[in-house]
Amino acid sequence: MMASDTTTDQPFVRGPFVDRRSTARRAHLWLGLLLVLVSLASLAVGASGTSLWGALLKLAQGEALTLTERVVLWDIRAPRLVMGICVGSALAVSGAVMQGLFRNPLADPGILGVTTGASLGAISIIVLGATLPAVVHATLGAGLLPVAAFLGAWGSMLLLYRVSTRAGRTSVATMLLAGIALSALFAAFSGVLIFLADDMQLRELTFWSLGSLAGASWVKLSIAAPVIVVAVALACTLGHGLNGLALGEAAAHHMGIPVERTKTVAILAVSAATGTAVAISGGIGFIGIVVPHLLRLATGPDHRGLLVNAGLLGASLLLAADMIARVVVSPAELPIGILTALLGAPVFLWILLRKRGLVDM
Amino acid sequence: MKRRSLMLGLVTLALPLGALAQPYDTSRVVAIGGATTEIVYALGAADKLVARDSTSTFPARAQTLPDIGYMRALAAEGVLSVQPTLILTEPGAGPPETISVLQAASVPMVVVPAPFSGEGILAKITAIGDALGMPDKAQMLSDQVRAGLDDVATQVANDDTAPKRVLFVLSTQGGRIMASGTNTAADGIIAMAGGINAIDQFEGYRQLTAEAIAVAAPDVVLMMDREGDHASTAEALFAMPEMATTPAAQTGALVKMDGLLLLGFGPRTPQAAQALHDVLQGQS
Repeated sequence: MMASDTTTDQPFVRGPFVDRRSTARRAHLWLGLLLVLVSLASLAVGASGTSLWGALLKLAQGEALTLTERVVLWDIRAPRLVMGICVGSALAVSGAVMQGLFRNPLADPGILGVTTGASLGAISIIVLGATLPAVVHATLGAGLLPVAAFLGAWGSMLLLYRVSTRAGRTSVATMLLAGIALSALFAAFSGVLIFLADDMQLRELTFWSLGSLAGASWVKLSIAAPVIVVAVALACTLGHGLNGLALGEAAAHHMGIPVERTKTVAILAVSAATGTAVAISGGIGFIGIVVPHLLRLATGPDHRGLLVNAGLLGASLLLAADMIARVVVSPAELPIGILTALLGAPVFLWILLRKRGLVDM
Repeated sequence: MKRRSLMLGLVTLALPLGALAQPYDTSRVVAIGGATTEIVYALGAADKLVARDSTSTFPARAQTLPDIGYMRALAAEGVLSVQPTLILTEPGAGPPETISVLQAASVPMVVVPAPFSGEGILAKITAIGDALGMPDKAQMLSDQVRAGLDDVATQVANDDTAPKRVLFVLSTQGGRIMASGTNTAADGIIAMAGGINAIDQFEGYRQLTAEAIAVAAPDVVLMMDREGDHASTAEALFAMPEMATTPAAQTGALVKMDGLLLLGFGPRTPQAAQALHDVLQGQS
């Protein structure tokens, strides 16, 4: 992958990436266009016959929309579109950052235990929510579950950060192992709650764990979207730092890369982005692993272009999967996690088979 | 649970409304919940139905209607796509986001009560009859169901044998017995049929330890007649070590009944209770 024949006179680190930059730039454009097209399609496609074009035409002519048109387009499809973009880009960018940070092609946002932390938060509410004081329910209402999932994600991230930071230095290796340990611990707590759950709650848990964008609403997005946008934007600035870290922490340090800062920002941004995404959409797998790999195959490993591209492609893929999810068994709806895994797992396997022997990450 | 109390609140709001003459446009009704759908059919209002949820599998004709999905995981646009003028549902329809979108779209929703008792069924019938603007038919159906329930209750009162201890087994997945405690449909129907639920230490469905089953000492095991995870033969069931010592195993007393009939708490419940009562008596 890292063709370096034309760039041998370039400085050691930048060299391999230079001839790839223009490819990645061109990819920005194409992937941006793809996202716009998928977004329009996502507004136009749905179980009901409501037509986006018909509604736009009406608006252009100054006519009022029917109640159904307004609800379908504005209260159902539009928030779903925004949520799909937020969640898809959050998962894909986080995956790319984690793979860069841990120098491990199999890393995904789940590796930090953030996802299991969020699940634990959500499961606690589904199973124990009834025991909370009424005032909590009255204040948060339907937002209770996402808030709890978010707290779970952040709590697990802070715990992980504490465990793996000594004297201001974060050990990535400790973090990887501690993430696995914490994941197991949270999964065990979740197991206890699952054991306590009744029949109905178990079904609710199953559906939550399969993920869905069906719960999109403007209220939810008004809290979640700003967090995700800031976190994803922050993550997208890490390209240079991650390129340096690919050579090892010492080499990166000698290149003038602020190693500790890069790691801290990466972990914070990924936790915030994934934690929030999981909180509002449940467990949606494979976007975080598959998207960065696809892009590395197509445009090379330079993180500078890769991160933005991952965001664009992640958003497009999730929106596309969501469109399938909502029309294929209409008027019912498939949980989207089923589709991303169904599409993602074979693609991932294919990538693995192709990449055998040239794991340049 | 908060949602439940909210739903009950809606019910109490809906009931007085129902007393007015047909407050809803009933031309395109969506039924959510097995018993709700059964009652709509029993009232002869099937022509008003345009869709149902995935738990509505009886009568078989209902399955030709579009399926809007599992009642706790409904998709707002999917529900709107069948252009409902009224949604009849049992408590538990969700998720809350979907319900609030449906409210925003001004789709009227009537939540019918669903406790696991005879009175509960009659209340369901009345609520649905009122919502559909057919209180007279609902009254007839309700009288019929009440007569059936009373009939079984009389027989139970006159039983001369000791009541049977009944263990309701939901599944035997992974070699573990998932059984019904109190406050479940299974518990309700066992009581109606004159049996005693062998498990009363917890609410809902739980996996039982071997010792709990031995202590429960059921005379009869009751299961749903289903395929897959919930399927089990008498031999396989009673060969399980925790089952082997029970009175039920010694007489091979396994009763299987259609799940929706047994647990639906709809208009067919008198038949279910009668059938279960007869089997329990026959097991003397």
